[in-house]
Amino acid sequence: MIDVPRHNANFCAPHFLDHCREQVRRAISHWHMLQPGDRVLVAVSGGKDSLALWDLLVDLGYEAVGLYLGLGIGDYSDESGAYAREFAAGRGLELLEVDLRDEYGFDVPSAAKATKRVPCSACGLSKRHLFDAAALEGGFDAVATGHNLDDEAAVLFGNVLHWDAEYLGRQLPVLDARPGFPKKVKPLVRLAERETAAWCVLRGIEYQVEECPMAAGNSHLGYKEALNLIERESPGTKAHFYFAFLDRIAPRFDQTDAKDSLRTCASCGAPTSGEVCAFCKLVERATRAGVRGVPVRIEIR
Amino acid sequence: MQVTLRNPKRTITVDGPVRVSALLARLDINRESVLVIRNQTLVPGDAVLADSDAVEIRPVISGGSGT
Repeated sequence: MIDVPRHNANFCAPHFLDHCREQVRRAISHWHMLQPGDRVLVAVSGGKDSLALWDLLVDLGYEAVGLYLGLGIGDYSDESGAYAREFAAGRGLELLEVDLRDEYGFDVPSAAKATKRVPCSACGLSKRHLFDAAALEGGFDAVATGHNLDDEAAVLFGNVLHWDAEYLGRQLPVLDARPGFPKKVKPLVRLAERETAAWCVLRGIEYQVEECPMAAGNSHLGYKEALNLIERESPGTKAHFYFAFLDRIAPRFDQTDAKDSLRTCASCGAPTSGEVCAFCKLVERATRAGVRGVPVRIEIR
Repeated sequence: MQVTLRNPKRTITVDGPVRVSALLARLDINRESVLVIRNQTLVPGDAVLADSDAVEIRPVISGGSGT
């Protein structure tokens, strides 16, 4: 049994699973994310959202292949990779892997140190670049990520606090394919992360419960905490905040995509506004600095 | 009852019976941010936990660059 206050309902296990399937089905249909029979590349981290997403897409009949990126974040990455491999092996699913150290000569902690930026910046940049490249190379119809309702509400909250018009205009649950970019979809946007975690528990999916040690204290987590305080007193606020934005506000932003005028990276061929793309610059800076073996603080468990 | 918490993982002892919502309030935990699992089974906020139960309060908040 699980309580979902924003729906003012307690669900038994079978009905909760049906509820999750229906929410994902509605998201895919409403925003034209996928077509029946589409081949989807799932961005897999070994956490609850990406494994729930992979499980749900397969459950709904899509051909879903996972891609796991080895980020080199100490024991955390080792454990996350193990959960992803265990999930795939247990269900006979195909899991692709790319290891930043082995294939590009750096990892997230060393890149953060070399660039003097927060680790999440180097991590997100690497993920976007490598998932895009893998999807195009593999001929997938779309890249699916495990962003849930809480993720999207928190990002929206941050973008509103900063009135970041460019990001607000792009914060959509689906981004269509463009030259050099695959289609990107977020099928979990109608599910809160409490629901994706419950899906995993009820489906017997083992996942990385611990938080990434490099994300501790970041602003995104602070926004989630603030929104959850409001949600506790007024269930449904997060959903209303995000979906009303999509319905009423997002269309007012200029949807003109600057990606239309991009050129080709001189190093890797990816789209870029400069001569060399941001990922190739990151690789160059991180490997030139030679800062390997940056210690990662792991909580005692 | 034994209550397992995370980040970092640790176990505390709490006297039962106690309602889930009251336990979370006592520990200053927002129920929006956790699942409560009793003997491997999810329980809602109005469930009453017995002294003999093994309970896990599992955080569900994840952050970072997102996948």
